[in-house]
Amino acid sequence: MYFLRRLAFIPPLLLVVSFLAFGLMHLAPGNPFDRERKPASPDVERNLARKYHLDEPFLKQYARYLGGLAHGDFGPSLKYRDHTVTDIIAQGLPVSMTLGWLAFCFALGIGLPLGFYTAVERGRWPDYLGSFFAILVICIPGLVIGPILVVTLAIHWRIFPVALWESPWHAILPTIALGLYFSGRIARLMREGMLGIMQSEFVTTARAKGLSEFQVLSRHAVRLAILPVLSYSGPLLADLLTGSFVVENIFQIPGIGTSLVNGMSNRDYPLVVGLVILYAALLLVLNVLVDLTYSILDRRVKYE
Amino acid sequence: MNELVAQPAASSQQHLSPNQKAWLRFKRNRPAVIGTWFLLALALLVVLSPWIIPYNPNTLTDAQFQPPSAQHWFGTDVHGRDLLARIFAGARISLLVGAIGAGVSLLIGVLWGAVAGYVGGRWDSFMMRSVDILYSMPPVIFVIVLVTTLEARLMGTLVSLHHENWTWLVRIFLLLVGLCSLSWLTTARIVRGQVLSLRNRQFVEASRTMGAGTLRILRWHILPNVLGVVIVYLTLTVPAIILYESFLSYLGLGIQPPMASWGSLIAEGANQMNPIHIYWWLLAFPAAFLVATLLALNFVGDGLRDAWDVRGGG
Repeated sequence: MYFLRRLAFIPPLLLVVSFLAFGLMHLAPGNPFDRERKPASPDVERNLARKYHLDEPFLKQYARYLGGLAHGDFGPSLKYRDHTVTDIIAQGLPVSMTLGWLAFCFALGIGLPLGFYTAVERGRWPDYLGSFFAILVICIPGLVIGPILVVTLAIHWRIFPVALWESPWHAILPTIALGLYFSGRIARLMREGMLGIMQSEFVTTARAKGLSEFQVLSRHAVRLAILPVLSYSGPLLADLLTGSFVVENIFQIPGIGTSLVNGMSNRDYPLVVGLVILYAALLLVLNVLVDLTYSILDRRVKYE
Repeated sequence: MNELVAQPAASSQQHLSPNQKAWLRFKRNRPAVIGTWFLLALALLVVLSPWIIPYNPNTLTDAQFQPPSAQHWFGTDVHGRDLLARIFAGARISLLVGAIGAGVSLLIGVLWGAVAGYVGGRWDSFMMRSVDILYSMPPVIFVIVLVTTLEARLMGTLVSLHHENWTWLVRIFLLLVGLCSLSWLTTARIVRGQVLSLRNRQFVEASRTMGAGTLRILRWHILPNVLGVVIVYLTLTVPAIILYESFLSYLGLGIQPPMASWGSLIAEGANQMNPIHIYWWLLAFPAAFLVATLLALNFVGDGLRDAWDVRGGG
């Protein structure tokens, strides 16, 4: 019931978000046709504006946009005139989602075992080394690790392709560049969660029952220790699935991460608003899913 | 441990305030102490750098793309400028932006969260729903809109007031406003949670029954108790803001040439990479400074968090 109510709240929230995005875009000076072949006559500009209804009052434009949205139409792109926003999203989103999902799996694959291991080995050498690695990785942003990977592994040793998005081989470097930072974050969260759980009484009870250390940790502790990671992965996944400007830019990947930033500078209103709605919808739905999973894993949590 | 044992017996009986205990715990955390010294040394070097480094960060010369040498320790860039001088000039911007941005966003976040948590009811849900809405927008949008709408206007005002020399400040100011506009959200949520749990404690209720007003209770009873959390988050927000500034500079929205920040230096270095010439120093040195600083800040933040035993968050 609680979750249905949460889901029912999403559309009104999206409405507010879309209004904000629409308003913010129209606040910015300039218009989508500024950078056309320069001496475009005022008539041409006026006709373009009329064609895309940019000459109408703001609220009317917004109402028109919502009307289209109700029919699943995100409107035309004002920069790439042959494409609708739906086209652009349909082309770029699968690429961004694939890369984002790979990076997410990579981050979990490194982060969870590392966090688990450093917690179990707390205060010993493996912990110091592993925790240092996790913190180090948190301090290396994508715009540093990306070029470093390209220069060393792609240009110098020629192990991987420099850029583009063609074969699974092409996906490896972008996945690392995107996921490495988050693997560090996840390792830290997992370590903290494990340390908290390992001191709690039910773990002591499980040990007292005579369960092996492995059984205690894997069957009882991990289930709750993973909760901080779970809360973090909602926003993280929304972020990763909608593409990263830096990584897509460095590796020349045709995703939608670059579309948002380019759309902003081109004043491509419908494109930007469409992408913002997409991001917000994904984030809100994922957060509900995260809370749902949370209550399944930790029965003590009751939502009402 | 040694410090405690070494003290005379009388003072080990002495009652230590929570802050004193936290300080003792912090001093025993070696990475945190090293991080603190690193940051202090860096700050000192940044302040003194114009007198120490014999090159001007903005002077163009013919010595382009010189690899590191005895003359130019970190080499030179595409315009023959000394990279070491530019890194320290960039450090000034990056650290300043990080410190001010974190401070301001923390101030907003603490006030917002404290008021929402303490006042509660309809105000609380209104204030936190607006946080939720801002959360669900990509942050870049705010910065781009701010920079594009206000920059020309502010520049025009400055020029009309004959303050042309100050126009370089406009971009930094807008950058700060953009960075602060969204980075307070997490702090607001955390502080609200803290305040909610403090609000119904007995000492707060006691103070309320004695007739203390909302502002008085917030100022004297609630805020001092969230101070630990706030300081911890300050040290974790500074690296986040520095990272975000470097991202914006990478987009070309940050610091404008010829000025430099670590982010813009890294972006320049990354753009100079090509299969024919690898000018590694252009990327390696600014990146090393950025990473080392973030590392130090994280160690200090973790040390403070352990010392104050702040849980949760991330």
